Amino acid sequence: MENNVVLTMRGITMTFPGVKALDHVDFTLRKGEIHALMGENGAGKSTLIKCLTGVNDFEAGEIRVEGIEGPVRNHSTLEAQKRGISTVYQEVNLCPNLSVAENLFIGREPMSKLHTINRKAMITRARQLMEQLHLPVDVTRDLEEYSLAMQQMIAIARAVDMDCKVLILDEPTSSLDDVEVEKLFTLMRSLRDKGVGIIFVTHFLEQVYAVCDRITVLRNGTLVGEYPIADLPRVKLIAAMMGKDFDDLASIKPEGGLNVSKEELIDAEGLSHAGKIKPFDLKLRRGEVIGLTGLLGSGRSELARAIYGADRAQTGTLKVKGQEAKIRHPIDAMHLGMGMLPDDRKAEGIIGDLSVRENIILAMQAKRGIVDLIPMKEQEEIADKFIDLLQIKCASRETPVKQLSGGNQQKVIIARWLATDPDFLILDEPTRGIDIGTKTEIQKLVIQLAQEGKGVLFISSEIEEMLRTCNRLAVLRDGAKVGELSGDMTQEKVMKTIAEG
Amino acid sequence: MTFVKKVTKNQLFLPLFSMVLVMLVNIIYDVANGNAIFNFFTISINNGILYGRLIDILNRGSEAAILALGMTLVVSASAGTDISVGSVMSLAGGVCCVLLAGFGNVNVNEYAIPLWLGVLAGILVACLCGAFNGFLVAGLKIQPMVATLILFSAGRAIGLLLCNSNIVYVNVESFKFFGGYCWIFPTPILITVLCIAVTALVLKFTALGTYVQAVGINKEAARISGYKSAAIIFICYVVCGLFAGIAGITATSRIYSADTNNIGLNLEMDAILAVALGGNSLGGGKFRLSGSIIGAYTIQAITTTLYALGVSSAQAPVFKAVIVILIVTIQSPAVKAYFAKRAAVKNAMMTAGREAQA
Repeated sequence: MENNVVLTMRGITMTFPGVKALDHVDFTLRKGEIHALMGENGAGKSTLIKCLTGVNDFEAGEIRVEGIEGPVRNHSTLEAQKRGISTVYQEVNLCPNLSVAENLFIGREPMSKLHTINRKAMITRARQLMEQLHLPVDVTRDLEEYSLAMQQMIAIARAVDMDCKVLILDEPTSSLDDVEVEKLFTLMRSLRDKGVGIIFVTHFLEQVYAVCDRITVLRNGTLVGEYPIADLPRVKLIAAMMGKDFDDLASIKPEGGLNVSKEELIDAEGLSHAGKIKPFDLKLRRGEVIGLTGLLGSGRSELARAIYGADRAQTGTLKVKGQEAKIRHPIDAMHLGMGMLPDDRKAEGIIGDLSVRENIILAMQAKRGIVDLIPMKEQEEIADKFIDLLQIKCASRETPVKQLSGGNQQKVIIARWLATDPDFLILDEPTRGIDIGTKTEIQKLVIQLAQEGKGVLFISSEIEEMLRTCNRLAVLRDGAKVGELSGDMTQEKVMKTIAEG
Repeated sequence: MTFVKKVTKNQLFLPLFSMVLVMLVNIIYDVANGNAIFNFFTISINNGILYGRLIDILNRGSEAAILALGMTLVVSASAGTDISVGSVMSLAGGVCCVLLAGFGNVNVNEYAIPLWLGVLAGILVACLCGAFNGFLVAGLKIQPMVATLILFSAGRAIGLLLCNSNIVYVNVESFKFFGGYCWIFPTPILITVLCIAVTALVLKFTALGTYVQAVGINKEAARISGYKSAAIIFICYVVCGLFAGIAGITATSRIYSADTNNIGLNLEMDAILAVALGGNSLGGGKFRLSGSIIGAYTIQAITTTLYALGVSSAQAPVFKAVIVILIVTIQSPAVKAYFAKRAAVKNAMMTAGREAQA
């Protein structure tokens, strides 16, 4: 093994039923570098990482880790951790019902002499760790009391605390806002300077160029190449990932803007949700795409959920298509022509064990009721139509949806709502954790829906994306709507509104 | 995929395999004792009714099979079990007998109220019990095991109270029908077939299956997609109560008396085991009704076989436990993974060998 190399993977091959997920992939990680692993959805990034950490059992190939004789094959993440390989996955994989301290030390709890868990030591050490990383967390409280972003940071803290040679960050920034991302980068850089090798999997190009030293690109389960960051400008990176030249993101809005009709779809007045959202007004017309922006935790999702009835609004009135509406359950909203793609795909989106087909027809079936079963032939036709339309990559329509990659799962949920033919669609972070090609597809889809005369409420952490797709932005701060922007919108204006209202 | 692989991968393969294994034991026993080789499967008509060990298993397994239907739905939707069904059976039987005999009577030869009314009342009470369980689990979000523990202990006690701690006999010929014979068939078998058929048809022609599984796998996602998760779970418990009521009437009719202390005793465990033996996860979600039914009859087959082998009823549970341990072990993910891995290694070696030859 070369002098400064900490990890080599050679010829890794892995097959899932019907799909070759990895085909002789090589990967090299050096000491003290941040190495980006890039590729579209289903390119094999997550699979490669899971082979390394022992979640997946690869069929052929060899892994070598610095300081360990002979090839390494991990059979569990615990084994990988003991060999100095720690991971923070795309979705938070901690136990929400345990305390922060317990989560930090799961599987490696400090023991007392009697071989019971030494809680005092655990809590003290957890506090120290949180202080080092400047995270304002009460370690004795349950993890679920903290936001998704904070849970992510805690997951990273857990990985950092285990003396690791190789730290894998799989989409760690997808649920963090800019300030938190910067905090994470500071942490990553200091770890790099200490000699830790970091593998950084992300879809955010900006972040790659902000923090990485080297890039390895995968496409369809094969290795495209490894490049120093300076040798691979953005356009080339995208071309390498997609295998084709990439069409310009800026030009997706039709010329002359969206054609907004006069008919009001949604007219919310004084809607609120206890403790989370202060009363707000919001109007949305047919053919309009409204973006909700604000810092993470400013109440973007909660506002959308109050309209949809996912969290029942306590005050105010909601008019849908001019009629006053009483929404007690999401199904009521659906009958009024609404649909909502929630931001937490794993917890609120996919029904993992059910097939792609069943997931796609799910909302449509709910609308038709329990007695009126959609005939199997129709179900299959609908599923095939959307698999084709959204180019969902799956072995067959009967594949359990949990076997799909994250981006394809997201497409399945989008298909679920498109199948109900909604007039008003709420998309909460539809492009999170999704590759750039699919991202563009989804953005184009949003515009297309608007042109068909539907209304879309679009929530995203990426302001550029919002500026590209929305014709109006509602700005939130601390659970209150503080302003609206339309016409000539720029990043600076949005930032200013967020800051000043 | 080869044919063998396709068959062994099916969820129903192992439940069926276990069932066949039990039957094999019967054949070996028969041969060893000089009986005809297919003695076990022989069905004859004596005195105008069907006889045979197979018929006996189908007959005796009726209550467990009926309970397993409701239990499957409850497990799937709420990732929990309804442990009150045995007790609810007893209560349903008690209510039915007390009403038919007239309150306070212990042994009657004619009905106090029409038969259909008594039966209906028993089943209705069972449905109410199911609704109570459903309210606790779906409405108050109490853990299913704890919620149903209430009626597990109270149901039987209420029955006993109604009967004034007596065994109430209803000595009328028409009451013996449900546990007796209908033409040449034991009526419990027909009742079970009817229950299975209705459930299967409902699952086939309505979206109930999708509703229950979606809620069982991811309650929150199902809610956002327009499913009233609480209502679905509630309905499953009511259905479970309904089936417990039907099973309770059948069991009561067999002995034409409300023996509240013994009717449905430990049957909830058989019903839960049937669901598990059928390859259904007790963690909820995806389910196969056929698996649970096969599971229920497998349990009865084991019991009947043990009795046929001359094991006393006191010792039978021990042997039953051993067999169940074996079956559950074969079905466990760890053992399955082990065999899958062995097959993969063998495959890889064969491929390597072929490459070396070439």
